Amino acid sequence: MRHKTFLAFFAPTAIAMLLFIALPIISVIIQSVHTPHDQVFRIVENCGPFGCKEETTIDQDASAALKEAAPLGKFVGLDIYFDRGHLAISEVVQAWRESATFGEFRKKLGNLPFYRAMAFTLTYTFTVTPMLIILGFAIAIGANSLNKYLKGFVIFFSLLPMIVTPLIGSLILFWMIDSRGIIGTFIQWAAGDPDLSLKASTGLTWVMLIVYGIWSSAPFAFVVFYAGLQTLPSETLEAARIDGASRWQQIKYVTIPHLMPLVTFVALIQIMDNFRVFEPIVGFNAEAHATSLSWIIFNDLSGETQLLASAATTSVLTIICVAILLSPVLVRTWRDFNQKA
Amino acid sequence: MSSSVLNRQSTGLRIFSTGFIIIWLLMAAFPFLWTLWGSFKVELDFFSIADWTNAITGDRTIAVHGSAFTGAGYEGAWVQENFGRAFMNTAIVCVFVVCISLTLGTLGGYALSRSGYRYTFWLLMTALIFRAMPPITLVSGYLPPFFEYNVWGYLPTAIIVLVAINQPFTLWMLHSFFMKIPKDLDESAKVDGCTQFQAFRHVIIPVMWPGVITTGLFSFLLAYNDFAVTTMLLNKENQTMVPKIASFLGTTQTEGNVMFAVAAVVSATAPLFILVMFFQRQIVSGLTAGAVKG
Repeated sequence: MRHKTFLAFFAPTAIAMLLFIALPIISVIIQSVHTPHDQVFRIVENCGPFGCKEETTIDQDASAALKEAAPLGKFVGLDIYFDRGHLAISEVVQAWRESATFGEFRKKLGNLPFYRAMAFTLTYTFTVTPMLIILGFAIAIGANSLNKYLKGFVIFFSLLPMIVTPLIGSLILFWMIDSRGIIGTFIQWAAGDPDLSLKASTGLTWVMLIVYGIWSSAPFAFVVFYAGLQTLPSETLEAARIDGASRWQQIKYVTIPHLMPLVTFVALIQIMDNFRVFEPIVGFNAEAHATSLSWIIFNDLSGETQLLASAATTSVLTIICVAILLSPVLVRTWRDFNQKA
Repeated sequence: MSSSVLNRQSTGLRIFSTGFIIIWLLMAAFPFLWTLWGSFKVELDFFSIADWTNAITGDRTIAVHGSAFTGAGYEGAWVQENFGRAFMNTAIVCVFVVCISLTLGTLGGYALSRSGYRYTFWLLMTALIFRAMPPITLVSGYLPPFFEYNVWGYLPTAIIVLVAINQPFTLWMLHSFFMKIPKDLDESAKVDGCTQFQAFRHVIIPVMWPGVITTGLFSFLLAYNDFAVTTMLLNKENQTMVPKIASFLGTTQTEGNVMFAVAAVVSATAPLFILVMFFQRQIVSGLTAGAVKG
């Protein structure tokens, strides 16, 4: 295909992505190094019948003029990146110096919003991903031995937790584990503690979110592995059986190696997706115990005054983290492409 | 798999494996059925302090409404809170997002699959990076210009943004799909004197529908399920269903409002149910196609 024809076909999508993805990224980066102008104050002497008083007022004209001259705000370099709400460098250094033990240091870090969010996001990502792979694999093995009609039925219901809107899915579970909901009541009964509430404790809130994460993503692993099982070479399996391999050995030495590339694929995709965990935190109303980077951005933007600069800074930090997580995928794609070429 | 003698499972294993699947099905389906059942009850049954069986029998519902089922939650959501408006907004957003992103994506994905130059690789890589970014990171980039040009809050704005966010994924799906259509097909049309566009129109379009439908389903899901972008970019009148449900939650103090949210949640899940029922095969094939889920 000639360059000109290519451009004609590709231009519409390229323009859409340039205008609404590439430009916003640049805009976000620029916003993250600017802060709104300070108001210009003016001291006026106010004289009344009871004598004169000095009053400080905002000089509206001067403030507006300043805003007119530099609509982006004041250039502050990387200041916002290092402030308390983001990387909090000085607070971290101070906490490190003052802490006798590592545990104490970690506790102090937990009070800083960025590190608090990171702690939850990373725990979430790296517990949910392996567990959903194991669960998905188990369902795929189980479903594969069913008959044809049951398979379709199992796939239909298995898809639901994944297809449903994340916010809606988490709300549905949230209502059930409410201390007056069915699962909440059951847990209270099982633990023998009628006052137990999953929402009140940080640890239990994390468990709840992780369970939701596994519930909603296991179907994806299941479907991918199930499709992989359909291409399992029957000769190899048969050979293993003739050699006297038990069912477990067949799975261990034939099925799992065959599915290994798919496991890597699912793991890479899921690590990226779980890292952006956001809707469950809103749905479970869990922000008091668990936050994520995406949630911090959302919170900055949805307040009474939108903290654009702060949100932009967190956005840039999130993009950097995603890029780090994405690098293995990029390397893989690079290798695949060069092999094909 | 062949049902040879060797393949036969022992009874114990069979029971274990079937039991496991049944437990998983319960986990997957029970929350939806429970919420559907509970959405026809009053709040004191749905969240029952006295006795959890009330949620099944609907004791309080009978006391209030004289019958174990009540549509009060639905009435509150659809009539009082005007959930129908949100439903219409979602319908508009989804239809336009799917149509526009498929049009752009088909053209772009086709071009990527038929050009042998090195830059197609870099374009695909860029698309992959764009796809991996959480959409909410872009929102603070949208807000200032949208306020400036006075386009914030309207459906077309949200539609265009969702189309753009959708493009990387659509491109990847359709690119890998077009790669599977033999190049000889359109090459021979070109030998017969067609331009590239005519070849696309007369040769490729008739055979591309399976891939386009699968991609369209995922575009639909992205638009339908989006919370971050639609909450931040739409004003109160133009809210779609998901932000609307989230806004119900802000006002949970008064009794009954929770049931509005429950009814709204069930209403918003129903179309997805139907979608999975009819397009199960396409969804499965899309998920396994490769660059998927997003």
